[in-house]
Amino acid sequence: MQSHTITLNINEESHIVTVRAADTLLYTLRGKLGLTGAKPGCLNGDCGACTVNVDGWPMKSCLMLAVEAVGKKVTTIEGLKKAPIQQAFIENFAFQCGYCTPGFIMNCHSLIEQHPDADDRTIKEWLESNICRCTSYIEIEQAVKSVLKKK
Amino acid sequence: MLPFDFDYYKPETLQEAVELYQYLDQQGKQPMVFSGGTELITLGRIDLAYTEAVIDIKWIAECKVMQVSGDHLLLGSTLTLTQIEEANLFPLLTKTASEVADHSARGKITLGGNICARIFYREAVLPFLLADSQVVIAGPDGGKVAAIHDVFHEELKLKRGEFLVQTATESRFIRAPFFSVKRRQQWETGYPLITVAALKIDQELRVAISGLCPFPFRSKEIEAAINKSGQSATVRVDGALAVLPKPILNDVEGSAEYRLFVLRNLLIDVLAALDGARFR
Ligand SMILES: Cc1cc2nc3c(=O)[nH]c(=O)nc-3n(C[C@H](O)[C@H](O)[C@H](O)COP(=O)(O)OP(=O)(O)OC[C@H]3O[C@@H](n4cnc5c(N)ncnc54)[C@H](O)[C@@H]3O)c2cc1C
Ligand code: FES
Ligand code: FES
Repeated sequence: MQSHTITLNINEESHIVTVRAADTLLYTLRGKLGLTGAKPGCLNGDCGACTVNVDGWPMKSCLMLAVEAVGKKVTTIEGLKKAPIQQAFIENFAFQCGYCTPGFIMNCHSLIEQHPDADDRTIKEWLESNICRCTSYIEIEQAVKSVLKKK
Repeated sequence: MLPFDFDYYKPETLQEAVELYQYLDQQGKQPMVFSGGTELITLGRIDLAYTEAVIDIKWIAECKVMQVSGDHLLLGSTLTLTQIEEANLFPLLTKTASEVADHSARGKITLGGNICARIFYREAVLPFLLADSQVVIAGPDGGKVAAIHDVFHEELKLKRGEFLVQTATESRFIRAPFFSVKRRQQWETGYPLITVAALKIDQELRVAISGLCPFPFRSKEIEAAINKSGQSATVRVDGALAVLPKPILNDVEGSAEYRLFVLRNLLIDVLAALDGARFR
């Protein structure tokens, strides 16, 4: 079948949505469900602007088909409710234009959950997945570290 | 988003997947095995890949296996590189895989997808070439277990409708001292200029390389030169450079000459790391 009616668990809510098998999760979130927090950038897995969390791990939603997300827990930036990393981004001025920010925050959020004791190497390894063209990297690093330290 | 439509199937058994492939192939659907799926999703978008039927094999139990069975480590082909890294059951593979793409993408890219990828780096195969691993393959003729050296020549030689299910690696290779380095043109993520993986077993060095030629390889000739006793490191490395397979890549990542320069230094690093006693 080329079109599927599927149930997606997004931000703790079930959504029934009809998608083409060829639709990416990014397109489905934005175009079908109105969740425009995940940003389209390269659409090629390179920039990280589209990052969401799937079962607690960072996922570039342009690299996943919507049909692959069935049975998984998807969290988008809209699903974070006052997560510490959001506040930390504000306090550390970790963005300028803000386009890369949802992707960075979702990646950082997942890092903090999976590796609360992350060392510099792990932080670097994870955050290399995202690109910021306004160069807020130092501030982003400070934001992540401020949350990790509190943990 | 992909500019063409396809049917999406998620078989739950090997047999179902094999039968589906044959059926869809007969129907002219150009079926495609889909593991992490990043090849179809990225190349399909720019019209460099096409299919009318996707067979997503990551719902098949055998393809998700990660376990030690007797003296062998079994790794399913649809494990993501991140799953493999986090479990860290095969440190050389962890190190080599951790250099592919970037951390988030490695949560989607799978072991089998990387080994069978059209893109010619296929770096995740290097540890298995070094460890004389075996591969489990499913296909229309039933399943088979083969030595990786019998089925991997530049790429995994699969017959139509066959697919990779698992790798099996003996634990003595998993414990062996190793070295793995990826050199890029610049930055710390991206395609390799050259990736070298090496392992020391029974006092002999083994070396496998990606990014030098348009295919990953392990070469007996190179190893014979590297292991020559009674010669200096420089002479041994020169010997290895004289017996490289061809062609040497000459592309935007680096000229052939530059690649050879980098390789020379990497081989010296291999000797220093794994053969310190004989390193002069
Ligand atoms: C952002 C990004 C960065 C990348 N960087 C690198 C890099 O640094 N180094 C590198 O080597 N590659 C890199 N790649 C390429 C990537 O490794 C390949 O696209 C690889 O195919 C991805 O694995 P996958 O699981 O998504 O494979 P898939 O897309 O599922 O499959 C790849 C190919 O193998 C076939 N296949 C998959 N599984 C099997 C199986 N079990 N048996 C038989 N055939 C099978 C498929 O039909 C397809 O043709 C990068 C890709 C992206 C998106
Ligand atoms: S849009 Fe997904 S990584 Fe760039
Ligand atoms: S804040 Fe502008 S791209 Fe990062």
